[in-house]
Amino acid sequence: MSPNDAIFSLRGVTKAFAGLKVVTDVSFDVRPGERLALIGPNGAGKTTVFNLISGAYKINEGSIILDGVDIAALPASRRCAMGIARSFQNIRLMPHLSVVENVMIGQHARTRGILELLTPLWMTRARQEAEAQLAAFDVATYPNQAIATLPYGIRKKVEIVRALMSRPKVLLLDEPAAGLNTNETAQLRDFLMRVADGGVTLLVVEHDMSLVRSLCDHTVVLNFGRKIFDGPTHAVQEDPAVLEAYLGRPAHTAATPRAETADHAS
Amino acid sequence: MSGYTGGLLVILCLNIVMAYAVFLPVATGQLNLGGAAFQAVGAYTAGYLSATYDLPVVPSLLASMATGAVFAFLFSLLIMRTKSVYLVLATFAFGQFLTGVIINVDALGGSMGLSVPAHVEGWTVILFAGLAMLLTLILMQTRFGLAMRAIHDDDAVSELMGIGVRGVRIGAFTLGGALAGVAGCLYAFYFNFCDVQSFDASSSFYLLLFVLLGGTQTIWGPVIGAVFFTLVPEVFRNVLAYLPAFGHGATSGQVDTSWRFILLGMITIAMMVYRPEGILTRIGLGAIWHGVGLARRGRQGT
Repeated sequence: MSPNDAIFSLRGVTKAFAGLKVVTDVSFDVRPGERLALIGPNGAGKTTVFNLISGAYKINEGSIILDGVDIAALPASRRCAMGIARSFQNIRLMPHLSVVENVMIGQHARTRGILELLTPLWMTRARQEAEAQLAAFDVATYPNQAIATLPYGIRKKVEIVRALMSRPKVLLLDEPAAGLNTNETAQLRDFLMRVADGGVTLLVVEHDMSLVRSLCDHTVVLNFGRKIFDGPTHAVQEDPAVLEAYLGRPAHTAATPRAETADHAS
Repeated sequence: MSGYTGGLLVILCLNIVMAYAVFLPVATGQLNLGGAAFQAVGAYTAGYLSATYDLPVVPSLLASMATGAVFAFLFSLLIMRTKSVYLVLATFAFGQFLTGVIINVDALGGSMGLSVPAHVEGWTVILFAGLAMLLTLILMQTRFGLAMRAIHDDDAVSELMGIGVRGVRIGAFTLGGALAGVAGCLYAFYFNFCDVQSFDASSSFYLLLFVLLGGTQTIWGPVIGAVFFTLVPEVFRNVLAYLPAFGHGATSGQVDTSWRFILLGMITIAMMVYRPEGILTRIGLGAIWHGVGLARRGRQGT
């Protein structure tokens, strides 16, 4: 793939906390509409990469390119307006806001000018738009309910719907299947497929390999902050470097581990 | 309306305007323990302009609003890097600093205070209390208001959702300062007098109590807090006189009402323990609406 085809690229991204390098020289390209999985053992730097992309942390070296523009120097709030939205490893919805109000927060990145900020929301279509988006993803049951009273699976979906309200080009999902059962994970997969079909490029950090295999066409593997694999998802589990990262070095025999072992290792 | 009741109502309305002035920054997660200082800015602006240049009421109100806003804006730029308890201390220190300055400036009357010739009637203050409530209600319904509430809940996520957290916080603090300026102007013109003792640290404490114990999640919290903390001491003043334990019996001319503040303190502590999110929470308000809906449906059913 030539870099010019990519909607989103990391180029030599490095991040150190007080001298400790947690992300070292990571580069990868994501094509428009692609569903990319970012995987790796615990502590590999996956969530740090997300925090660097969304602007929660600043990078030390390298560049982050969205649609041909280097966004690495922009503050987090501007990056959202440029087209990057995210969900969080632990759901971070606003507890005192209702479902629909949380989703309306997602519209903020599209707001232009002080006049729009100071127009009462009931004079605009904001609420209807948020309710329609919730309905489109089958989570419209209780738009006025407080977040704290909702089941976990619903809150996960609400958080993703909120992220979609900024009309992102790239959506970052940090462990979307964590805490969900098999049935809920299957629903989430269909849900994310519909999001991707809407033209949103997905970047997913995930430990559930069955979800990664069925959702993502492209996988990047990190280990100790370095990229060790970048290619089609189906090739991940035959890659010697990946196997070594998850399972350790084979003793003497080069016996091929069963394909499922990577699931348990995660 | 008797003099006592009328006077009490005006004080209550001044407290309501100030409660909203403190509510605006608090609604974005900035505890403001310098509320009375911004009121002092407004009061002394109006008082000085009226005493020195004989400026009429309306331009004085605008001037007080402007100085309140400017002081709050500059101060919020200064404190933007401080968080949580340090922010509270910074606002508190600002209040102390400002009263210290006023007391030492002869043109402002020093510790003697300032006589203010211009006058507003009680109904003007009542009108402004309604106006403050209405404007806050509308503001909280805007996208700016939604952003304020989002920041109150989670400022880091708000930033990642594209909200300019710094700008919203400065904006809310400045609007609060403008409202405090108006409240100060009304104070000076209603009492025809202002002195720093009226805007001291304990006033700031009460203002923050109105907001925190009234409830910060809905716009009705400040008015409930202001009503509660203004009227309960007055109720005690009247009730205690009839209780032999406090009032030496009704026959005695001397009534010891100092107990009412001890009781108020005990109630305050009890509320902090049992209603830490305020008298009126969002869920509580939802339950009330739900109850109203049920009652209405019940009536229609029969």
